[in-house]
Amino acid sequence: MNELAIKDLLYKLADDQLILGHRNSEWTGFGPILEEDIAFSSMAQDKIGHSLAFYTLLQELGEADPDTVAFTRNANQFHNSQLVELPNGEYDFSLIRHFLYDNAEIIRFEMLSQSGYEPIAKVATKLKGEVKYHVLHANTWIKNLGTSTEEAILRLQTSLNEAIPYALGMFELSQYEQQLIDAGVYAGEDAVKAEWFKRIQAVIEKTDLKLPDLNTIEPKLGGRYGEHTEHLQPLLDEMAEVFKIDPTAEW
Amino acid sequence: MYGGGNVFEATKFDDLQTEDPVKLAEFEARIARGEKIEPNDWMPQLYRKQLIRMIEQHAHSEIIGALPEGTWITRAPGFRRKMAQMAKVQDEVGHAQLLYSAAETLGKTREQMLTDLINGKSKYSNVFNYPAFTWADSNIISWLIDAGAIVNQMANAKGSYGPYSRALERICAEEAFHLKYGHDAVVHMATGTPKQREMIQAALNRWWPPIMTFFGPSDKMSTHTETLMRWKVKMASNDECRQQFLDMYVPKIWELGLTVPDPKLKKNMETGQWEYTEPDWDEFKRVINGDGPCNAERLAVRRTAEERGAWVRRALLNPKAKYVRPLA
Repeated sequence: MNELAIKDLLYKLADDQLILGHRNSEWTGFGPILEEDIAFSSMAQDKIGHSLAFYTLLQELGEADPDTVAFTRNANQFHNSQLVELPNGEYDFSLIRHFLYDNAEIIRFEMLSQSGYEPIAKVATKLKGEVKYHVLHANTWIKNLGTSTEEAILRLQTSLNEAIPYALGMFELSQYEQQLIDAGVYAGEDAVKAEWFKRIQAVIEKTDLKLPDLNTIEPKLGGRYGEHTEHLQPLLDEMAEVFKIDPTAEW
Repeated sequence: MYGGGNVFEATKFDDLQTEDPVKLAEFEARIARGEKIEPNDWMPQLYRKQLIRMIEQHAHSEIIGALPEGTWITRAPGFRRKMAQMAKVQDEVGHAQLLYSAAETLGKTREQMLTDLINGKSKYSNVFNYPAFTWADSNIISWLIDAGAIVNQMANAKGSYGPYSRALERICAEEAFHLKYGHDAVVHMATGTPKQREMIQAALNRWWPPIMTFFGPSDKMSTHTETLMRWKVKMASNDECRQQFLDMYVPKIWELGLTVPDPKLKKNMETGQWEYTEPDWDEFKRVINGDGPCNAERLAVRRTAEERGAWVRRALLNPKAKYVRPLA
C-alpha cells in the first residue's frame, strides 16, 4: 500500500471535517430557531470529532500529533475542498452546503467502511452512523423549505446555484486516485460523484428547486492541492489564536 | 446560567386582593404540603406573572449567556477544549429551549418572549453585559458563573412550579459537568506558564465584581420577597445564595494560588458569614437598565439572528395549525 496515497486521502477527509465543523459551530447562538442552533452545534461536534479520528490515524502513520497538525498549518497546507471553507452566509447557504456536503460524505464513509485498508474501514464503520443523521437532517430541511414559501424557494435556489461549482470541487481527483482504487481503499471520487448525483437529485425532485445541469458547470478545483479562497486563512488564524499564544503550554 | 438576581422588582401585591380567598387558601395549603403546581391548576395571577418573568429571564440568560463563550468556540485551543467548549455552549442553548417550553406552559409564547428580549422589555442575567476579552475570561465564566448558577438553580429546583422544577433538575445535571470543565480549564491556566497565570488572574479580576452581583441586590435592598418565598417561587434569598457561593468557591480560588480582588473579603469565624466590599449596586442598576459595556452588542446580535432567521420561521408556519401550549 502506498502510504502517501493513504495520507493524502486521510488529510482530505480530516481537513474537510475540521473546517466544516468550525463553520457549523459558528451557528451556535445565531440559528433561525433554537432547534437549528442546537442541530448545527451538534453536527459541528461530530465533524470535529471525526476529523480528530482521521488525524489520529495520520499520527499513527508518522505525522505530527492532531493538535499540531490541525492548528499550526497554513492554508496552502490544507487539503479541504473550497466548499467547506466558504463563510456561512445566510441560513439558506449553510443548509444547501450541508446538504451537498453530507450527501457526498456519507457515500465516502459507506465505501470506506468496506475498505481494504483496515484502519480506515474501522473508523468509517464507527462514524458513518453519525453522518447518517446529518444527511437525514439536511434532506428533511431541504424537503420542508424547498416546498414552502416563494421566498424560501428562491433563497435556496440562489444558494444552490452558488454552491454547486464548489460542491463539484469536492470530487477533485487525487494524484493517487488510481492507486487508491487499485488497492481497494475505495472506489474513488468519480464513483462517489455519480452516486452523490443520484441521491441529491432524488431529494431535489421532491421540492420546487431545480438542480443546475452539472455538465455545463466549471468545478471550483484546487482545494485538494492547497489552493484556497481568501476565506480559509482568516479562519485558520482564528482557530489557532489561543493555541499560538504558547504552543508548548497545556491549555 | 442564571443567578436569579433581577427578578422581583415592581411587584404589585394589591393584585392579590382580587383573588378568590378560598382558592388562594387551598393553593397555599398545597404548596405548604410540598405539592407541585401544574400548568392547568388554579394559581393566583401574581404567581403566574412572577413565574413567567423568572423562567423567561432564565431562558434569556441561557441564550445571551451562550454569546460570550460562543465566540471562543472557534478559538478554543486544541481538540480537547474545543469539543468541550462546543458541547458546553450547546447545552446552554438547549437549556433555553427547555425553559422557554416551561414558560410557555404558563401562557406566553416563545415568540412573545423573544420579542420582549429584543425590545428590552424583559431582562437576562446582568453578568452577560460584560465582555469575555480572552480565553481565560471564558474559563472563568465556565467555572464561576456556572457555579453561581448551580447555587441558585439547585435551590429553585425545589420550587413549587412543576415544569420549572423538573427543567431545573435536568439543567443542574448538565451544569455540574460545565463546572467540572470550567474548573479543569482554570486549573490548567493557574498551574501553567507565567503567561497563562497572568491571563487567568486578570480574567478573575475583571469578573469578580459582576460575579458578586450575580445573585442580585443585598436582602436589605430587595423587598416583597416574603410572599414569593411562601409560594416557593423564590427559594433562597440573594444574600443566602451569595454566602453559599463564597463558602464553596473562595477556598477553591485561593487553593489555586489566585487572589480575589477584594481586600475586605474574609470569613467572620464568629458569625460564619463572609464579609466583603459591598458591590456597586448603582452600577448594577445602570447596567441592567441598558448602560453596560455589552448590552447593545448582545441585543444587536440577538436581533440580527431573529431578523436573519425570520424567513425560515415564515416558511415553517402552517396557517392551518393552531398554537398549542407545550405539555408540562
